[in-house]
Amino acid sequence: MTAAAPARTPVARPWTGIGTTLAVPLVSILLALVVGAVIIELSQLLTPGGTFDVWLPLEAYRALLEGSLGSWNAIVNSLVVTTPLVLGGLSVAFGFKAGLFNIGAQGQFLMGVLGAVTVGVVLRDASPFVAIPAALVGGMIAGAFWGFIPGVLKATSGAHEVVTTIMLNYIALSVFAAVVNGPLRVKGAPSAVTTTVGNAALPILTGRNGHTGILIALIAVAVVSFVLYRTTFGFEVRTVGANPEAARYAGMRPRRLIVITMSICGLLAGLAGAGEILGITHKTTASYATSVGFDSIAVALLGRSSPVGVLFAALLFGIMRSGAGQMQIQTGIPPELVDVLQATILFFLVANVAIRRAVSGRRRRPRAAAPGATGDRFVNERVTN
Amino acid sequence: MDFVNHIPIVGLVFQLIGYLVDVLPTISPIILRAATPIALCALVGVLCERSGVVNIGIEGVMLATAFIGWVVGVAVVPMLGGAPTAIFGITPALLVGLAAALAGGMLISLLLAWLAISVRADQIISGTIINIGAFGLTGYLISLLSKSSPVGAGSFTPYHPPAELTGIPIVGWIFEMFLEQGPITMSVIVIVLVMQVLLFRSRWGLRTRAVGEHPKAAETVGISVIALRYRNVVLSGLLAGLAGASLTMEATNSFQDGMTAGKGFIGLAAMIVGRWTPIGAFGAALLFASSQAIGRSISFAPPHGELGDILKQVPPQFFDALPYLVTIIVLAGLIGRSIPPAADGKPYERESVS
Repeated sequence: MTAAAPARTPVARPWTGIGTTLAVPLVSILLALVVGAVIIELSQLLTPGGTFDVWLPLEAYRALLEGSLGSWNAIVNSLVVTTPLVLGGLSVAFGFKAGLFNIGAQGQFLMGVLGAVTVGVVLRDASPFVAIPAALVGGMIAGAFWGFIPGVLKATSGAHEVVTTIMLNYIALSVFAAVVNGPLRVKGAPSAVTTTVGNAALPILTGRNGHTGILIALIAVAVVSFVLYRTTFGFEVRTVGANPEAARYAGMRPRRLIVITMSICGLLAGLAGAGEILGITHKTTASYATSVGFDSIAVALLGRSSPVGVLFAALLFGIMRSGAGQMQIQTGIPPELVDVLQATILFFLVANVAIRRAVSGRRRRPRAAAPGATGDRFVNERVTN
Repeated sequence: MDFVNHIPIVGLVFQLIGYLVDVLPTISPIILRAATPIALCALVGVLCERSGVVNIGIEGVMLATAFIGWVVGVAVVPMLGGAPTAIFGITPALLVGLAAALAGGMLISLLLAWLAISVRADQIISGTIINIGAFGLTGYLISLLSKSSPVGAGSFTPYHPPAELTGIPIVGWIFEMFLEQGPITMSVIVIVLVMQVLLFRSRWGLRTRAVGEHPKAAETVGISVIALRYRNVVLSGLLAGLAGASLTMEATNSFQDGMTAGKGFIGLAAMIVGRWTPIGAFGAALLFASSQAIGRSISFAPPHGELGDILKQVPPQFFDALPYLVTIIVLAGLIGRSIPPAADGKPYERESVS
């Protein structure tokens, strides 16, 4: 056996590499905070009878940070809020890698809640060692099924996943309400509500509500990274996303990959839902209010579809979401400011190409924010095998 | 005639047809009203995608313009008095609000056009940014404004066609469907027909389709791809603004957080089902709205007899999901037959002359 040539890894100037990767998101976040401040100032003029406070934006951001990082319980709560965003973000990002735009994380999340609560209610008196894994798996399977449907529809008829997943989000609401109103409803209760999941509840690790789901999310980041970058399947997913034609010539089967990928997207979003119901609420009414599915899209975009990027993006959005309540209490600023900040961050991320082009005066090739989704046609396209 | 209703299965179909014949004339004005924002959003999609720009930000533009129209109405109503007109209940404040919604739609679409055409960003991401931003900003502002419980400019009122017209047997309900409506709903059918003719019979339409199918060829014969795409996307903002205005100034008279409730996305599905033609998209919007209306009708006033007994077993949530199910089924049924413009969603870059 001959001595292998030393593996050539792109180690040259690692710090500048990291610098440019981080610079654009960081600058985007800063600019978004500035825009947020301008909106706060302007909206002070709108509210009649109010006093004008020039420092209100800074007070608001301070309250937001205090609410999210001001105490151990606050930090733990931020992590708890981050957890479903990590899993949901991974779900959307995994789709992006294969060139699929999974807007259906919302519906898959709901089905995950439903699957987990169903199994949890049935096994509420079983041993936790049986009940917890079973309920988590129940959530994952239900979510995966909700991802499998648009996958099959895309692979067989070419129905675009953007439209089908949005329709499935609404259908998930109805299925959820029907099941909670029907088989899961507590007999004799005045309104539709399930019993608690009992022993299937995730144990609290730390703080007021730091449940085990936090660890599950971290494990998921590692597993998804491994699958994407260290397995043949992950290579195929990325190849199909980068260039479906090339993937087909290389003997990969895009149709099969689409179905599997969408199922995995659903599985991850379903796991997010399972973690929420088993870790926090433990029971549910017929409508489960959440915006995790939609936040996940922003998380995946900000994280540039990389699992580690998703982790940090989710942390950022989790901190903003968990501090928004404190911000509203202290300064009266509506928590929807967080949505505005999310959109503005994404805007600057996308527009950075144009801004840099304008600054440097040179024409550059546009860099897509999400690999794979580029040039994806919003269509009924025939997927060839 | 009654005996057919008792044949197994076939009888059920007859009972369903009988039920539909009974209820359709009553619910047809509701169907057209519900189809209006969806059809307008589908037209936005047709206009953008025929010229090669994918616009999934329609939902956001509609939500933002619904808010703008309403909030401008709130702002100007103390200044502009004036009694509402007899037909449509038009007041100066309503007109100013409508104009603001249309202008706002064009402005937001200009932002989308800039991202999609000049920045050449991923168009699905650009649309998502518009959606998240519109949702956040309107939610933020309505939450601030609702503290002072503002009074809006009211809403356009439906026209009441003369009873001689609606009383005509058999076809009277068609008049009622199209005429027992507010001005925005009534204008939709006109807009659909005008767009259909313009898109397939005018120079602008030919150029738009050329830019959407083969921008390079279009550029070669002297059409400015960039300019035409900008123009069409900004024009589409007018239609999205009209859709938004229909929500807060015709269907209701107030703004609710997230009130578009996916209608923009359903409009996109209608566009695909309607094969990127205005009339087809309108038909698909009607299909969606009628499955919704029939579903509601069944849960409120179920048919009598055997069919009614069967439908009572179905959980009521099924009827809420019916329009979305119908959309998926129709979409999946169009295997390879609904073909988008070839350059749809692809940013266009002129080759540099060097």
